[in-house]
Order: sequence, then C-alpha cells, then structure tokens
Amino acid sequence: MSVIKVQNISKHFGSLKAVDDLSFEVQAGQVFGFLGQNGSGKSTTIRMLLSLIHPTSGQIEIFGKRIEKDREAILEQVGAIIERPDLYPYLSAREHLELFAKVRKKKIGEADINATLEKVGLAHRAKDKVQTFSLGMKQRLGIGIALVHNPSLIILDEPTNGLDPQGIADIRQLIQYLAKEEGKTVLVSSHLLSEIEQVANQILIIHQGKKMVEGVTKELLDPEKRIVQIKTTDDANVLKVIAAGRFSNYLLPRGEGVYLKIPTREIPLLNESLVKAEVALLGIETKNSLEDYFLQITSNA
Amino acid sequence: MWSLIKVELYKIFSRPRTYIAFGAIAALIVVIQLGLKIDGDSYASFLMKDINDTLTVDGKVLNGYLICYILLQLLLVHVPLLVALIAADMISGEANLGTLRLLFTTPYSRTRWVLAKFIAASIYTILLLIWLAFLALFVSMWIFGTDDLFLMKSNYVVLIEQNDVLWRYVGAFVFASFALLTVTSLGFLLSSLSSNSIGPIVGTMSAIVFFTILSTLNIPLFTLVKPYLFTTHMNNWKEFFDIQVNANNEAITGSILNIPKIKTSIVVLTLHIILFVSASIIIIKKKDILS
Repeated sequence: MSVIKVQNISKHFGSLKAVDDLSFEVQAGQVFGFLGQNGSGKSTTIRMLLSLIHPTSGQIEIFGKRIEKDREAILEQVGAIIERPDLYPYLSAREHLELFAKVRKKKIGEADINATLEKVGLAHRAKDKVQTFSLGMKQRLGIGIALVHNPSLIILDEPTNGLDPQGIADIRQLIQYLAKEEGKTVLVSSHLLSEIEQVANQILIIHQGKKMVEGVTKELLDPEKRIVQIKTTDDANVLKVIAAGRFSNYLLPRGEGVYLKIPTREIPLLNESLVKAEVALLGIETKNSLEDYFLQITSNA
Repeated sequence: MWSLIKVELYKIFSRPRTYIAFGAIAALIVVIQLGLKIDGDSYASFLMKDINDTLTVDGKVLNGYLICYILLQLLLVHVPLLVALIAADMISGEANLGTLRLLFTTPYSRTRWVLAKFIAASIYTILLLIWLAFLALFVSMWIFGTDDLFLMKSNYVVLIEQNDVLWRYVGAFVFASFALLTVTSLGFLLSSLSSNSIGPIVGTMSAIVFFTILSTLNIPLFTLVKPYLFTTHMNNWKEFFDIQVNANNEAITGSILNIPKIKTSIVVLTLHIILFVSASIIIIKKKDILS
C-alpha cells in the first residue's frame, strides 16, 4: 500500500525549476531514502509533501488522500523535521513537547512526553532552555517533536545535519527502531549516500529537481552489478543502440553522459554490441559503487 | 482553536521582550505621577493662569481623574509603538526563527493559526491597556484622590462632576482598545509580508507616524482622505469627556456631546481591523513557507 504517492510534481520559483516533473511512491513500513546534493530539490519536495509549499503542477497523495484537500487529516498522522532544527530559544525541551502535544487532536499525556524525551535522549535536559542546547540536542528535540504524537509517517529532512558520529549512529538506530519495532513509514533525506544506504530499503536520487535513479537499496548496491559510463562522442547514437537492445533495462537516467547499472558478466557483451553498431566509442569506464555514480552525477552539474 | 490561542499566549508571555512594554508604561507613569505629586501645585497654577481672572475653581483641580486624563493624552500616542513590538513580530518573528514551518505542519489550517496569533496579540494588547488603566486611573485616584474633573479645551472649559467621571474612563478605555487593536492588526499585516521582525516593527511605527501627520495637517488635499484614515479616529476617546449643556449652559450629567462621532470612529477602526486581518490571512494562505 502506498503511503506517499507523488505524481509529476514540479515547483518553479520564477525561471528556476526547483523540482521538475518528479514522481515516486513510498510504501507502508518502508524506510525511503531521498538523496540529492544540497540544492537538488529535496527540501522543496518535502515541503510540498507537508503543504508548506504549493506545487506549480502535479499531484501528491498521502494515505490515499490529496494533500491540498485533506491536509489536516493527513498531517495528524505525520511527524516531520525540515532542514534545521529551528526551535524557540526561550522554551525548554519539555515545554516544546507540551506545546506541540497541545496542537494535536489526539490526547497526549505526561507519560507520552516523558517517553518521547527518553526516546530522543533528552530526559536529563528536559527542563533546560533550548538556547543552552548544542545543535545535536536541538536536532534530537526536533525529532522528538515529530514523534510526540505517535505518527504513522515520519519525514526527516537531513536529520543528521550537525551531529557528531555518535549522534549520527543514534539517529540511524532510532530510524531502524521506528520502522522495525513500531512499523512506521519513514522518509529520510540526506546528501550523503553512506548515511542512507544503511537504513533505507528504497532509494531515490534526485539532481537539479529531476529523478536520477530509484530502486531497492540492495539491488542498487548489489556488488554483482557495476555502474558503467559509456564514453563516446555521440551519446544520442549510443542511447539508440542501447534502447533497441537487451541493455535498455540497465540504463540509468542522467542529464549528460550514458550510464548503465549492469551485471559485471555482461559488460563484455555491451562492449561487443557497441563495437558492432559502429558507434564512436571512446571507452567504457567502470564505477565502483552507487556512491561513485551519485558523486559523479551530482558533481558534474 | 482555544488550544492554539493558549499556545500563542504561552509563547508571548515566555519571552522577556513582552514585558518591556509593561515596564516602560509603569516607568513613565510612575515618573509623571511622582513629578506631579512633588510639584503638582505649580503645574496646576500654570494650567489655570489664563482663566484665573474670570473663573474661580473650588476643590482639588489636580486630582486622580485629571492626572489620568493627562497621562492618557501623553501615552495613548506612544502605546501603539509598544504594541507594534509584539504584533509586528507575531508571524515574521516565527518566519525568521524558522518555527513557522513547525506550526504549519500541525493539523490545523493556516487560517486558524493566523486567527489564533491575532487573538493572542489582541489579548496582549488589551492586557497592556488594562495595565495602563490600572496605573493611570486607579493608582492616580489612590495617590491624588478624586474630585470633579476640570478640563481646559482650546476655547472652552469642561467641568464634569466626580460621580459622572468613572464611566467615561471605562468608555474611553474601551474605545482605546479599538484604536490599539487597529495598530495590532496593522502590525500583524506587515508581519505576514516579511521574514524578519525589524521591517514590520519599523513599518508599523512609520505608518502610524505618517498617517498621524496626514490626519493632523490641514491641507485640503488630505481633508478628502482624513475621514478614512485610522489615525484620524484613534484619539477620539477624548469625545467621552465632552459633555452636553442645557439652555442655561449647565452640564447635563451622563451626557456625551457627540455620540455619532464616537460611533463612526469605532466603525472605521473595526473596518480597518477586519481589512488588515483578512489581508493577512489571504497572504499567509498563498505564501510558500521557505524559511
């Protein structure tokens, strides 16, 4: 069952296309990794999911309901942190949770607030003002606010920003706990594949607002498959040859250059078919991992 | 809705900035009361110097009622500036802090949040006015005692019996609440347009100063727009202290000289409040929350 269904959404700020015709689905119980460089459109997409930004076009359904029509019913079941953990410096951690508990339609008691403080490791600093908190503690309180009403869908935008290695490991553990033990659906964004690949079972990479690649993490990171870049002076002809043949399923989306994720044993066959088709081939370069591919597509822009 | 208002009030009264206005009003009033207590007789003589030859006034001219009137004349011009500190920060302050997105991802519409914020800012404004009333009226009555209220207008004097004064102050403070809520709503509107607090606060203060100047200038061009400016009506609380007289030129107890003027002012101010708040709602509903 799809918890999130995004269909062809775009967001334009003047002439800038922040998100360009993006579609994806997140299934119930999934940890969905949303990857992209800073400025790739992740936060804009997340803000559209949360109805903070109005899409220029396209449609968003969460729990089978349209966000623009059933916003309040949807948001009752969603907990989110968006980018920085911006909070009220003059309030304590407990006061934050109490305030945000009050603006939920379900009854949230003292026990729920204490449990949330324990869950995010802030029970010992519950009475301290946020202005005395480190960035990591603010980030954890932000996650606490997202969890205090026990939502079914949790959206975490760059939740490990500013955290030390222990903090990053804690958040990773928390995400895994929420998905496995509590059956939550989690959408987590990051600009680091290494952070996402350990927790997400599905990955989507976007670049300049466009979907680059999407798939099951295990398959995308499959050591039996390699990402190769076909270097040629005539991309269009290569694409034509690949599209017509057996390798079309391996093609990865890319603005410039031709990339495939292909079983290692089939690389020679690919080479052979391109030579036979007499394309102007400069070489086939093997990438080591999805990380390489991710870095390649995001750094070449 | 009430839970949203409670959240907003909690935030307002958790901030040290909120108490600046209460402190400033208390400090100003205490200084003026102290000055008048020490040197009030010479001040009263100065007030009466032009009419001493033609009129003899018995009793205590410088009583609590007159002190309150003097204080209101001085302070009701400046209190809007203090109101702007909070009202103009209600939305832009949260946008600047980045917390607006936390509020707008809760299961309540933006319209409800904007209304809750406006109501909370209005409660703050009313509390500020009550604080002003308490210090200016009741503390002055306690320090200076009560007697008939003797007011000198530009070309006539008004004498209101002491048992006819208190309800006029109640009326004046209720009227002042409309005037200050108009300022609150203006600050709120400017707050909805910005992502930092300084602009709307300065903008609200500038708008008050600008329109007050237009309201007071006697230039025919401005005369056309004056009736529609909120600043023209903000000072009409004074109308509660203009009294009708009978054929013998004796004051009619319980009367007000120009009730329609007060009613018109309340209608104009109310329309401004509705206009400013409605515009704020429309702006916020359409806005992309990027902060």
